[in-house]
Amino acid sequence: MSQAVVDRLNAQFGERVLETSDAFGDHEVRVALKDWAELAQFTKDDADLQMDHFIDLTAVDYPERESARFDLVLMTRSSVTGARIRLRTHVKDGEEPGTLSGIWSGANWAEREVWDMFGIRFNGHPDMRRILLYEEFVGHPLRKDYPIDKAQPLVPYRDVDTIDKLPPFGIEEGQPFARIDWESRLAGADSQVSPALGVQQGQRRTLSDSEAAQQIQARIEAQMAKRAEAAQASEETSEEGSEE
Amino acid sequence: MEPADDLLNEMAALEISADPMRLNMGPSHPAMHGTIRMVIDLDGETLINLDVQPGYLHRGFEKSCERGTWSQVFPYADRLNYVSPMLNNVGWALAVEKLLRIEVPERCQYYRVILGELARIADHFTCNGASAMELGAFTPFLWLLKVRDWVWDILERETGARMTHSFGRIGGMAAPPTATFKDDVLRLIPEVHKVVKETEIMLLRNRIFLDRMQGVGVLTKEQALSYGVTGPMARSTGIPYDVRKDHPYLVYDRFDFDVPVGEDGDNWDRFMVRLEEIRQSVRIIEQAIEQMPDDGPINVDDPRVIFPEKSDVYTTIEATIAHFKLVMEGLRTPKGEVYSFTEGGNGELGFHIVSDGSGTPYRVRVRPPCWYNLAASREMLLGGMIADIIPTFGSVNMIGGECDR
Repeated sequence: MSQAVVDRLNAQFGERVLETSDAFGDHEVRVALKDWAELAQFTKDDADLQMDHFIDLTAVDYPERESARFDLVLMTRSSVTGARIRLRTHVKDGEEPGTLSGIWSGANWAEREVWDMFGIRFNGHPDMRRILLYEEFVGHPLRKDYPIDKAQPLVPYRDVDTIDKLPPFGIEEGQPFARIDWESRLAGADSQVSPALGVQQGQRRTLSDSEAAQQIQARIEAQMAKRAEAAQASEETSEEGSEE
Repeated sequence: MEPADDLLNEMAALEISADPMRLNMGPSHPAMHGTIRMVIDLDGETLINLDVQPGYLHRGFEKSCERGTWSQVFPYADRLNYVSPMLNNVGWALAVEKLLRIEVPERCQYYRVILGELARIADHFTCNGASAMELGAFTPFLWLLKVRDWVWDILERETGARMTHSFGRIGGMAAPPTATFKDDVLRLIPEVHKVVKETEIMLLRNRIFLDRMQGVGVLTKEQALSYGVTGPMARSTGIPYDVRKDHPYLVYDRFDFDVPVGEDGDNWDRFMVRLEEIRQSVRIIEQAIEQMPDDGPINVDDPRVIFPEKSDVYTTIEATIAHFKLVMEGLRTPKGEVYSFTEGGNGELGFHIVSDGSGTPYRVRVRPPCWYNLAASREMLLGGMIADIIPTFGSVNMIGGECDR
């Protein structure tokens, strides 16, 4: 962390820097939400600062604070000078800070995580989806008013049409070597023998008896018949040719 | 001609769509290191779009921390990067100690350095071994992993557990070094050198390995900085950033070691940086063993932080009450907010902690190095071939426990 960065920001922004701190040796600058993205951009572009290494972006929830509920905290580092700085701003519930993902690419996932965990949306973010949790999750778990033992509703089976995801097999093709013969169990049979034994005892059809296998067999037979026909036809023509 | 061939001929005559194909890789896929999903758009075998979807191992680390005491975070921290848990343990201990403004005794600092570097050796061997295995070289994987077992043998002797040690304590360690600690480590060092050498002989002139590693999965320096990439992955692109050098913690400023950097930022550089870092870790360990005092306290002399001796707890009322308070209320930290960071197995492992002055953390944010390394993997994979996902993703060394928390 570096005092020089704080001084530079103080000199450049004057009163727009609301608060500075160096508690525990971590240098920190607090700005208003409207200056958030501008100041962040400045720290990266300024020739003295060059805070080009993104470190982390996160939030802290203070539900009892009346002025603004969340702290948004950004940490960056300069690969040139080695200085570090922590920027902070206060965000009210429902306010949308400007995104930093155009300044540092790493902010993209960090902001998605803040949205996921705290419910702070970022204005201008290219891809504001949840990242660790799933779309059907209710609430934002790192808010203090989210009970840690809260149960989430069961999500119904997702019918995905863009990604062709089908149930792996039908009953028939299922698991021919499975230990439990689901087909006969579903059909109401009381025999629970292994499929191999079932085949031996005639209780269960083999896979080659299945409908799908029969269809393939029929197609192959049709192909063979067609081929035989064609062969016969060509034989006839060649015979005719030889006669000439 | 077999009858099935005709069937195939007929199928080939069907019109095949020229649209990009969407492929779903993971979340459970044998070639993916952890449970992670990638939705891939393919043009032939070229990746034209990619969406990396982490989160399948999310178990609420940060939320869980907010309901226990400061000391109760150690077992959770172990399970962040479960390949090098000791580094996480020490990282968490250092963060809370920064908040408490205490510094552990010198002997403990050396102890932490040696245990941490042993964990780093195990981490890098595992990653490099897995990288080789995924390209079909199974022997190197086994040969490299035997070192991890030797390292774990030492850690088991010291901590009692091979993997999730929970050995760190705020203000010290759970136990002092055993009597044979130094000898055990010194005996390991030539073996490590030998296996590094063997790895080089086995892989560095292997044509298949070279073809799959060199020039594949390239990350530029600018991209790495912008994505917040740290650790071996950042160093492979030529950024000489190592927390141990740039912001020395513990006693790292007393050791003479180099920070290996790559040039191209491809899989090969990441592999080589890790291999060289093993050597540097060994150098650090050798110096630390030499400098480490043989006796002296391990824990700070501060009854507000350190548990009293068990023998006192059972015999004196003061120690019983001190123990009770530390267990039930937890140790009290001053109010404030600190960010403490160490060099973990994959890069800068940071703990950003907020304390409201009570015995329970108000907020714990772990900055997982894998998270940002993984975010950058999209840049490395796009435009490449689908088969290159395997070596590239392997060299990113994404650890699900740390990435998804």
